[in-house]
Amino acid sequence: MQLDYIKKELYRGVVTENPIFRIVLGMCPTLATTTNATNAVGMGISVIAVLTCSNAVISLLRNVIPNKVRIPAFIVVIATFVTVVDLLIAAFAPPLYEALGIFIPLIVVNCIILGRAEAFAAKNPVLPSIVDGVVMGVGFTAALVLIGALREFLGAGTLFGHAIAPFRNEFILMSLAPGAFITLGLVLAGINHLQRSAGK
Amino acid sequence: MMSHLLAIVITSAIFNNVILSQFLGVCPFLGVSKAISTAWGMGMAVTFVMVLASAITFFVQLLLVKAGVGYLQTLAFILVIAALVQMVEIMMKKLSPALYQALGIYLPLITTNCAVLGIALLAVKKNYGFVESIVYSFATAAGFTIAIVIFAGIREQMRFSKIPEAMQGVPIALITTGIMALAFMGFAGFKLPF
Repeated sequence: MQLDYIKKELYRGVVTENPIFRIVLGMCPTLATTTNATNAVGMGISVIAVLTCSNAVISLLRNVIPNKVRIPAFIVVIATFVTVVDLLIAAFAPPLYEALGIFIPLIVVNCIILGRAEAFAAKNPVLPSIVDGVVMGVGFTAALVLIGALREFLGAGTLFGHAIAPFRNEFILMSLAPGAFITLGLVLAGINHLQRSAGK
Repeated sequence: MMSHLLAIVITSAIFNNVILSQFLGVCPFLGVSKAISTAWGMGMAVTFVMVLASAITFFVQLLLVKAGVGYLQTLAFILVIAALVQMVEIMMKKLSPALYQALGIYLPLITTNCAVLGIALLAVKKNYGFVESIVYSFATAAGFTIAIVIFAGIREQMRFSKIPEAMQGVPIALITTGIMALAFMGFAGFKLPF
C-alpha cells in the first residue's frame, strides 16, 4: 500500500507531470546548469531540498497565512530555505558553488517552487506536501541530469567526469550556450513525438 | 571612465547577451515573443523595471552590509523587487494611463523574471558602483530587447513555414534561439579597441 503510493507519486513527478518536460517551467536553470551531469545533479539536489522544505512549512502554515498576502509569505519562506542551501553549498561544496554561481540564489524565482506551493502545499496536509515536494524535485532532477548527461557526453565525451566516448572535446558546441538551447529543444521534440505516437 | 562604461555597455548588451549567453529571462523571452509589437513592449517594460530595481537594490545592499546581515541579500532583494513592480504598476495607472496601456500587462510577468533579480545580484558580485550598476542594468535590458525583438521577427516569419508536428511550439523556439546564440557567439572573439 505505502510502496504503491510512493511509486504512483514518483511516476507522477517524473513522467506524467514532469515540471520541465510536461509543464515547461523553470527554463533558465535547466539551460544554465546542465553543462555537465555533475552540475545537473548538484542543482537538482538543491532544488529538491528547497522544494521539500518550503512545501512542508507552507503546508503547516496554510491555515495561518491570510489569503491576500499568501504570495509574499510564500516567497519569504522559499527565500529563507534558498539562503540556507546557498550557505551550505558555499561551506561544504565550494567547486559546485563556483559552477552554479548565481543560479543558487535564483532558485527563489524558479516558477516550479512557487507553483507547487500555490497549487499543492497551500491546500494539502503536511505529509502529502512533503511527498509532492520530493517527487517534483526528483522529476526536475531527472530532466536536468538527462540533458546534462547528453550535453557532457556529446560536448566533452565524458560522463560524470569519466571518459567513456572514443572522442574528446570535439563537439564543444554542445557544452556552450547554443548547445543548451538545441539539446533542450530536441529532447522536448522527442518527448512530444513519443507522446503523440503513444496517444494514437 | 567613459571608455570603461562603454565597455560595460557593449559587453553586457551584445557579447554576454542576457538570454543568449547568460540564460536569464528565458521564460518571458519564449512566452511574449509571438509578435514584434508585444516583444518591443516587453523589452521596454523590462528595461524600466530592471534599471529601477538595480538602483534600489544598490542602496538595499549598502544597508544590509552596514547592518552586518549580508546573508539576507536574496530575501531582501526579491521582496524589494516584488514590491517595486507592484508600486510601479499602481503609480503608472494613476500618473500615466497611456504608458500603463502600453506596458501594464507585462508588469506582473516581470516579478517572476529571473533576469531582474539576477542582474541585481550580479551587479553586487561585480562590485559595481552606483553609476556602473545603472549603466550595466540598462545595457543588459537593451540586450534583452534586441534578442526578443529579433526572435519575434523570426517567429512571425515562422508562421508560414511547415514545422513538423512534434517540433511545434517550444521545441522549435528553443532550437531557433540556439541558432541565434550561435550567431551571437561570433562576437566572442571580438576585442574592444579601448
